[in-house]
This record gives sequence, structure tokens and C-alpha cells, in this order.
Amino acid sequence: MSMLVPFGPQHPVLPEPLQLRLELNDEKVVSAVPVVGYVHRGLEKLAEQKDFIQDTFLIERVCGICSFMHSMAYSMGIEELMGIQVPDRARYLRVVWAELHRMHSHLLALGLLADAFGFENLFYTIWKIREEIMDAMECTTGARVMLGSCCIGGVRKDISAEQAKFVLEKLNNFEKMFKRSSEVLMGDYSVKERLVGVGVIDGKKAYELGAVGPSLRGSGIAKDHRMTGYAAYGELGFEPVVEKDGDCYARTMVRVRELYQSMTLVREALAKLPEGELKTPFKGNPSGEAAVRVEQPRGEVLYYLRGNGTDKLDRLRIRTPTFANIAPLLTMLVGCNLPDVAVIILSIDPCISCTER
Amino acid sequence: MMQINETLTLENQLEKIGSLLLLGHRFVTMTVVDKGEEFDIFYHFDLDYKLTTFQLVLPKGAELPSISGICFAAVIVENEIQDLFGITVSNLAIDYEKHFLLAEDAPAQPFCRVPGVGITAVATDGKGNMTAPAPAVSNGGDK
Repeated sequence: MSMLVPFGPQHPVLPEPLQLRLELNDEKVVSAVPVVGYVHRGLEKLAEQKDFIQDTFLIERVCGICSFMHSMAYSMGIEELMGIQVPDRARYLRVVWAELHRMHSHLLALGLLADAFGFENLFYTIWKIREEIMDAMECTTGARVMLGSCCIGGVRKDISAEQAKFVLEKLNNFEKMFKRSSEVLMGDYSVKERLVGVGVIDGKKAYELGAVGPSLRGSGIAKDHRMTGYAAYGELGFEPVVEKDGDCYARTMVRVRELYQSMTLVREALAKLPEGELKTPFKGNPSGEAAVRVEQPRGEVLYYLRGNGTDKLDRLRIRTPTFANIAPLLTMLVGCNLPDVAVIILSIDPCISCTER
Repeated sequence: MMQINETLTLENQLEKIGSLLLLGHRFVTMTVVDKGEEFDIFYHFDLDYKLTTFQLVLPKGAELPSISGICFAAVIVENEIQDLFGITVSNLAIDYEKHFLLAEDAPAQPFCRVPGVGITAVATDGKGNMTAPAPAVSNGGDK
């Protein structure tokens, strides 16, 4: 006999409110239906009422974790509509801040996952390591999360030689500190017991259901929008990180390996940082339609913008990666045991603020 | 600039989208734009990092057939469209009946551009900033 169990919206392992109505047969999940709407803010509508310059700051507040990438995607959309060429130095600086954001986001997600499967010490350690990345962002922008450093036409802030040296020192610290934690994540018996073979989704199914980011790459599909070479990725020798097993462990390993990859990208971008202007001045208002995609920590985000020649956009639409990963999550949950539900949810690194906007 | 690859009609919408999915395209999302008398519905798909966009022009008041039967990934965004634009989407795989994102007492169709409907029903100070809503009239429920 099956029964319905509401999982959330307030749950000790969920950082944000999300409810899943679980149909259970004994301890096994038969089906799951998501219930959202607890943090819907109507930001897309609000963006139509602000001018397109103000929207850069508004858009950063879609998400408190990958805020820089939201402002970068939005700026890229306006730049496409207005035909603005971003200076080389700004393109490289965008990569630096985007990858620092990816690192702190992945560390946050790995810490929360460790908390979800009961490895408190690992959770504390990973979040302590995350502070190295937060320090790097604070040193270069004056802020830890809402960097405010991206603007239409380029970037608003520069990274001096001293600041670059500080960032590299922080990355060296991160590398030393994370080595031990990544060994635990990759090889510890109790971690594997909770993650291997749990929440499996094969690559074909994940692709059909629209999965993005580590949720797709963990199932063996090498899709990462950085491959298109936006910003300066095309000049930095980038290859997607892929794992093939499609379970919680594979998704976690993608994030662990991407942390090292992001570290390499930041080092490379700082080493190749060209001299020059930070932004291109522009005049006028955007008109026409653009659809821009950027690879955020949780996967591809899509920005659709429609300008009408005035200072206000006709429409701004944001499809965030967690929004795309909800349908695959419902498939991952079917057949799992109730205690694994929290681990599977956190394995997609959900961001509900992003999802509801 | 975004390219519209094909314009759909209500009659061929499912067939065209089904054919595209068979070619290996991944569903990305849908976008709705309120144009006053009608909606622009965009279906976005991806294949090898190339975005394919289908457009469907939907008159206001018309029902939009769901594609969730052939593409379950669309069920979330179709429910969001029902909530935010008041468009009735028929044959949804999971139907939240216009309360996916919105609470029971939220303004209906908040993203629509109809004066007095949705978010425009909320009082503003003339500069586009929302002011405190008028106090609700008691329905006598406290008696």
C-alpha cells in the first residue's frame, strides 16, 4: 500500500524551500511531484520596469551563488543586441570571476552534500576551504558574492598585479587544502556507500529530459557551453569534465574535477591577462531579440532579451539550470529509498531562488 | 540576434516538435512574450550548442496544446506559463491548475500586459514603484 509523504519545504538538509510530494511504497519512492513557489519574486517582470542598465544589478540578485554569471549572461545579451565588442582584458577578467564563482559554488554544494549524508567534519572542512575563494573574490572586487564587477560592454573593476598575486596565493592554499578533502570525497568508504549507485539516470534519459551541467555530464554526455568559447574560454584550452555512471557519486566527481579545472582556468587567464581597456563605451538603447547561453556551476542558463529601442526591455526571460534539472530529478528519485532522497536532491545542487526568480 | 527557425501553427505544433526531438535536439525551454492582442510562444531546442527556435503566435484566449506528452521536460515551464500569463495549456502531464508558482491569493496572470490585470492591478506611485496595497475588505469571516 502506498502513502504520500511531503518532503520539505522546510527540511534540515535543504538550504532553500522546496517540497517534493513523495509517493512511497514502504521505504521506496514510487513517484515524486515538486511543489515550488515559496521564493518567487517576479524578477523577470521587475526587469521590464527598470532600465536596462539598472537591470545589470537586478539580475545579479537572481541568485546568491552564481550572481556574477547572471550579470555576465545578461550583459552578453545586451552586447549582442547593441553590437558592442568587449575589450580583451574584460573578456579574461570575466573568466577569472566566473571561475572563482564556480569554485565557491561547487565547494558550497559539496559541503551541503556532505552534510546531507551525515559527514559533518567533511562539511566543515570544505566550507573552510571555500573561504580561500571568498577571500580571492573579496580582494579583487570588495564583495564576497554580489561582485558588481560585470557591466554592459566589459567589466567595472580591474585586477592589479598585487591582487593577481594574492588570488594565486589563495589558489595555492586551496589546492593544498582541497587535496585531502577530495581524496575523502573520491575514496572514503562511507561516502561511496551513500553515493555510488544512488539516483541513477542514464545519459540518454538525462538528455531527453533536458538535464544540464554536472547532472548531464555525470551521465556521460560531454555538453558544456564553455565549449562555444564565449568570453575568453576559446583561448584557454577548455574540455568538459565527464563521468559516465550517472549516479550521485558521478555528479559529485564532476564537481570535484571541475574545481581543479576552474583553478587551472583562473591561473591561465591571469597569466594571459592582456593589457587594455576594461569596457567599451556605448550609446543608445537595445532593440531586437537575443538568446544567450552561459555555463553556470549548475549548468547552462539561457537569457532571452527583447529590446524595443527604449531604455526598458520588452521582455527578459531567464531559464536557470536548476529549472531544467527538475524533470531529470523526478526520474532520479523513482525507486530510491526515502533516506536517499535528500542526497539525490543535493546531488543536482538545486538553487530554488534561481528556479523561481 | 536570435533566429526563428520555423513558425508553427496549432495544427502542426506537435508534429514539428516531435520531428525535431527525433533528430536528437534537446529541449531547452519556452519563452512567452505578451504582444497585446496575442502571445509569441518560443520553443527553444539545442543540438551541438546551436539553438533552434520555433515560434507559435497564440491569440489571447486560445488554448495552447501541451508538448509534455512528447517532451516531459516541458511540463515545468508550461505550468509556469499557465501561472504567469494565464494561458490555458491543455493535456499537461502534470497540471498544477495555475498554482505552480503562485499562491491562491496571488494576482492572476502577473506577467500579462493588460491594464488592471495581474501586477498592474497593484497600486503604483506613478513611477512604476509598487505602493502598499489597499487594505482588504473584510468578508465577515472573523465574526
